[in-house]
Amino acid sequence: MAIVYLPHALNAYTGGRSEVAIDAPRVLELRAALERRFPGIQAELEQMAVAIDGQIHHDADYERVEQRTEVHFVPRVAGGA
Amino acid sequence: MSEQTFTTVGTRPIRHDGVDKVTGRANYGADISLPRMLHGVVLRSPHAHARILSIDTTRARSMPGVKAVVTGRDIPLVQAKLAMGEAALDLRDMGDNLLAHDKALYHGHAVAAVAATSLDVADQAARQIVVTYEVLRPVLSIEQATARNAPILHEGLKTIGRPTIETKGPTNIAGKLELKLGDVERGFTEADVVIEREFRTPTVHQGYIEPHACVAQTGEDGRATVWTTTQGPFVVRDACAGILGMDAARIKVIPTEIGGGFGGKIPVYLEPLAIVLSRKAQRPVKLVMSREDDFRASGPTSATVIRMKLGAKRDGTLTAASTSLWYEAGAYKGSPFGAGAMCVLACYRIPNFFIESYDVVVNKPKVAAYRAPGSPMAAFAIESVMDELAETLAVDPIAIRLKNAVVEGDRAPYGPSYGPIGLKQVLVAAAAHPHWKAPLADSQGRGVACGFWFNAGMSSSATVTLNADGSASLVTGNPDIGGTRVAQAMMVAEELGIEVDRVRPCVGDTDSAGFTDVTGGSRVCYATGAAVIQAARDVKDQLRARAAKIWDVQPDAVGWNNGCALPPGAAADRQPLSLTELAPQMAKTGGPIVGRAAVNLPMAGPGFAIHICDLEVDRGTGKSKVVRYTALQDVGRAVHPGFVEGQMQGGAAQGIGWALNEEYIFDENGVMENAGFLDYRMPVTSDLPMIDTVIVEVANPLHPYGVRGVGEVPIVPPLAAVANAMHAVTGVRFTRLPLSPPRVLEGLVAAG
Repeated sequence: MAIVYLPHALNAYTGGRSEVAIDAPRVLELRAALERRFPGIQAELEQMAVAIDGQIHHDADYERVEQRTEVHFVPRVAGGA
Repeated sequence: MSEQTFTTVGTRPIRHDGVDKVTGRANYGADISLPRMLHGVVLRSPHAHARILSIDTTRARSMPGVKAVVTGRDIPLVQAKLAMGEAALDLRDMGDNLLAHDKALYHGHAVAAVAATSLDVADQAARQIVVTYEVLRPVLSIEQATARNAPILHEGLKTIGRPTIETKGPTNIAGKLELKLGDVERGFTEADVVIEREFRTPTVHQGYIEPHACVAQTGEDGRATVWTTTQGPFVVRDACAGILGMDAARIKVIPTEIGGGFGGKIPVYLEPLAIVLSRKAQRPVKLVMSREDDFRASGPTSATVIRMKLGAKRDGTLTAASTSLWYEAGAYKGSPFGAGAMCVLACYRIPNFFIESYDVVVNKPKVAAYRAPGSPMAAFAIESVMDELAETLAVDPIAIRLKNAVVEGDRAPYGPSYGPIGLKQVLVAAAAHPHWKAPLADSQGRGVACGFWFNAGMSSSATVTLNADGSASLVTGNPDIGGTRVAQAMMVAEELGIEVDRVRPCVGDTDSAGFTDVTGGSRVCYATGAAVIQAARDVKDQLRARAAKIWDVQPDAVGWNNGCALPPGAAADRQPLSLTELAPQMAKTGGPIVGRAAVNLPMAGPGFAIHICDLEVDRGTGKSKVVRYTALQDVGRAVHPGFVEGQMQGGAAQGIGWALNEEYIFDENGVMENAGFLDYRMPVTSDLPMIDTVIVEVANPLHPYGVRGVGEVPIVPPLAAVANAMHAVTGVRFTRLPLSPPRVLEGLVAAG
């Protein structure tokens, strides 16, 4: 099970829950699992970068999620471009 | 990884493009000239906020020599976004910014463009275009934009809030982001000292030396070629294609040499206009911004209002922070408010915090990226308050930062744990630096401040072609702003075991280089560098295979060391074959050797810096001068230390200008009053001392050599480092930039 940290910014979907354990092989399936648990959250998550054990990916769909991996959803760094 | 040994990396060879640049042979955007080329002029709005009722181009079109006139009707408003690694460009807004459709949203907003046989004719024709406006009240500050009954820039704008927020009716607030940890109220209760301040920074421009410029040539078949000064030829190609509804394969973008960008040469301002004008005229069209145009109508960075509250125990341990950041976006949504929120507390371990950040549209030019977008203003706030905290608690300002500094394993305020980072190392280096203990004159004061930036990853490609004489050609797709050609050539040289001078690095156009994201985000040496190393290693693997063919052994059995293929045990009687021996045999052993690589890397991992500034202040006039300055930064690995130092010095110089003098001055109608370098005061060489640098290397595990990125972090600390030095010498805590002589004098008088 990966440990998924849910940002405060998505409280409207998570009801304030900050951490869940999810069993999913890749980020793609992990997001879908979160959507089943917190309906509506997937659209928000798709707009965020994903930190997997501290490494921040902007295109993370097919990244593997191992046991005890720490997953954070992080706002994309956009800079007025 | 820190113990890797290198032959070429870490040396300081002369850049390959240096001679062309110092002799004037290098071609920049405005140097391009084609047969039968027309010259374009853009007509700009004289109002900061106005509805466009009509545009009559009849007289302009009938003038001799005028070949094409375009207005907003010629630029489709497409509802699409262009993915760009870290960000997404809103093509609808970009199209409306290119030529206003219904409303002019800032003074200088383009409303029409003319192409004619000479610049003079084009200029006269543009003056004959009659635009009828309904002038509206402009919105020129965060306060005006968020006031009750404020004029609304975009009727359909809705706040995108994370968390979701309810908005009632029209708004100028485009976005909101919150980050939170722990119990903030309890954290402040636990504090022995709480400091709260409000900080303001003005709109400032990147001030690159070369204004925007391009030439477009469209053929009878509709295919277009664009020569332009840009940080991202592929972004220009894809933005033009997206906005104009063209297939990307019908546009070729050739990047010229570039006279600075700092983020401001990522958006398109001229290129789609030049294509449309060229398409109409069936001749090449050149568009060049004047310096005034560049100030008024390209993208500066946000003015900000930042409220910061920080609590600490008596021993300096931080207990809580609460901060509210407001970023002006200019005429369209998209300020760096999110990055600001993520950066503001990123240097310190704070167990309880609340961060809220807002994106606010105002009637000013749409902001563009500017070197660590959003971070310098945020650092001005937190680093000023950290300084005040140190003063209040009577502790050393570096020591209090060291006490609270994040280290590997600590969580960033945006969530994930930091990998190997170098904040503590740069702080320790600063405390040990002779500058920190050097004596000061009575009229001088010393300030320090830290800075943070993410450092991007994103997509890059590289091709290395081996030549028969053992030299090599390298093609990548990043315009070279800060010495990246030579740094990449050094990587090829390092891998192949040849001299740097035997590698020819080339910035390719969009037809000859593989897709590569922008030169920005401090990413080129990291991400494109990783692709270059991989491509060079591909060449090495092919050379091993060629040696195997010659020796009639399995390729996997052939080793490689120091530029030579090594024979396996089965061919122990053979002598190693060097690259220069193998290269002439390419045709006989299988044909050309071309190494290629394409990568999409995660973000590099953050860079941290601390700057020390000594300021001398004339109390009679308020004029100040930086008399000594030292920048210390973790760069992961300095491939070419000379250019790394150059980046650190350049960032510091820009930040000092931001702190001391630079600001857009608007009148009450939203007209910028200082749109030229005489009145918009950037530091010049004679204003600054030699900026001392200390490179700290905490290797980044995501890059084969440990490169982290360098270009953005050094603009983050100077705003607060200078302001803290100003406080040290005057005793006045200035919270509004710039610290220009009148403002300093005013502060000194107010303080008595």
